Amino acid sequence: MRVQNNETIRVQSSKSRVEKHHIEDLIGRSYMSLCVLLLIVSIVSMVYFVTSRGVSTFTIDKVGFSDFFFGTTWSPEGDHPSFGALPFIAGSFITTLLAALIASPLSICAALFMTEIVPGWGKKLLQPVIELLSGIPSVVYGFVGLSVIVPFLRNVFPGQGIGVAAGALVLSVMILPTITSVAVDALSALPRNLKESSFALGATRWQTIARVIIPTTLPAIMTGVVLGMARAFGEALAVQMVIGNAPFIPTSLFESASTLTSVITLGMGNTTMGSPHNNALWSMALVLMLMTFLFVFIVRMLEKRRSI
Amino acid sequence: MKAKTADKIATYVIVTLALLIVAVLAGLLGYILFRGVSHISWDFLTSAPRKIRVGGGIGPQLFNSLFLLVLTLLITVPLGIGAGIYMAEYARPGRITGFIRLVVEVLSSFPSIVVGLFGLLLIVNIFGLGFSLVSGALALTVFNLPLMVRITEQAFRSVPSQQKEAGFALGLSKWKIVTTVLFPVALPAIITGTILSAGRVFGEAAALMFTAGMSSPRLDFGNWNPLSPSSPLNPFRPAETLAVHIWKINSEGLAPDAVEIAAGASAVLVITVLIFNLVARYFGRLIYRKLTASRRMN
Repeated sequence: MRVQNNETIRVQSSKSRVEKHHIEDLIGRSYMSLCVLLLIVSIVSMVYFVTSRGVSTFTIDKVGFSDFFFGTTWSPEGDHPSFGALPFIAGSFITTLLAALIASPLSICAALFMTEIVPGWGKKLLQPVIELLSGIPSVVYGFVGLSVIVPFLRNVFPGQGIGVAAGALVLSVMILPTITSVAVDALSALPRNLKESSFALGATRWQTIARVIIPTTLPAIMTGVVLGMARAFGEALAVQMVIGNAPFIPTSLFESASTLTSVITLGMGNTTMGSPHNNALWSMALVLMLMTFLFVFIVRMLEKRRSI
Repeated sequence: MKAKTADKIATYVIVTLALLIVAVLAGLLGYILFRGVSHISWDFLTSAPRKIRVGGGIGPQLFNSLFLLVLTLLITVPLGIGAGIYMAEYARPGRITGFIRLVVEVLSSFPSIVVGLFGLLLIVNIFGLGFSLVSGALALTVFNLPLMVRITEQAFRSVPSQQKEAGFALGLSKWKIVTTVLFPVALPAIITGTILSAGRVFGEAAALMFTAGMSSPRLDFGNWNPLSPSSPLNPFRPAETLAVHIWKINSEGLAPDAVEIAAGASAVLVITVLIFNLVARYFGRLIYRKLTASRRMN
């Protein structure tokens, strides 16, 4: 009788433990689902709202598609308002490409320095440098650009100093850490035997780097470059401070220009919601968003190539 | 012989360019601190800015930045950890997981100004929160959440799987294992990552211009009633942060000493970020040793 009692108690307690497990798991799962759901809701609503405002330039204000993307005259408040955004689109692309051209070789050299040339103290020296560079806020980059790079360019080159070159220089320092850290990861993930067999064949270090290491890791390094370009394309304040903000397509490096982000930064506060000017700014935000999708897509393609 | 010369030249070029980056950082930090530190004083850190006269400070802006940081972390940390745990421990490879991964990736590479505009439209106008600390914190949440998810996921993934298996062998529920076995081990990495991300939030400006606003009301630091409009603790008041302030005085500063103020404020911002970096490292090590009884420095 007593034995049986004990048995039932044991069965009951194990049953309640199972139930407790289920409840715990349920609470945990529903909490996590809520968090994940919030992530998805935030991006869906973001895409929805930016798109719905961004297309109103074309649907409500009846601005032609080609007038917006290929028009070169930007005078949203004039008697005959025209919304040519090409100067800003061009400005964004020019500064981004220039910044990538300056930053990529520097970053790749830094990564090679840390992994191939002096892996010991090279990493100890450069790792904190890269972390600090990525930690410095963008307005501080803008401030330094405005008070160091702009006067320097003004003294050495023709023009006012503010302009495309200043913007690209500031951006290149800002994207250095992004490219470098991705490149370092790629280089240190390279199998050792690849390098060793190259050395065993009598190749010098440079031959190994140029013919074996770089070609093998190129897709990964390109991922870093694209991530850096995505950052440069979306950067707003630092560029706005040094680029001069003139609504023209620049014809020289030392000429003042604008980017999509700088026009939005300056214009959004001074226009009323729903006006054609304001809608045109939202269309530019939409372009920025679509470019982000494009960059993410390119990164994914590169990563796929890497895994093969 | 020729290959050896090429090797030598290439090595020199690589070393030179790598050292150039070190020089750029040294120059940057040196310039910011050299220009700015002489301007930092207790008065500068606590007094309110002046529009057109000499001698304004950054007191309210500094307070706003720190307060906004606390608000943002209060929202993002629990949410980010939840979603991160899901990604690390529960998500099975498949369409839905792939989609969530894509969402995190896209969200983290969104330009911060687009996040700011989204905040302006949805939080400030449609939700009617106005230019306020809460709006700013919510916009920064969108901005910071993917980062927190990644940090948590990486931290959980780096926990050795034996720990989990031991938990299962003891018959614990999965959630129990996550909270009592894996979480303590992952905590140091999460804390380090959170402090580092806090540094980034502290310097963020573009997302805040259109959400937290570009002005700060007259604050009465003796008034601790969170509902009064002049109280610094009121989360529904507009709040210009330090980074936004730097941008504003650089582009439209009217005070005669605007450049000095910008230099001083930049130095404060950079020093704060440096402190965040150092604290993150220190805390990570400290907690790692406390929680895992390990002497490994990592």
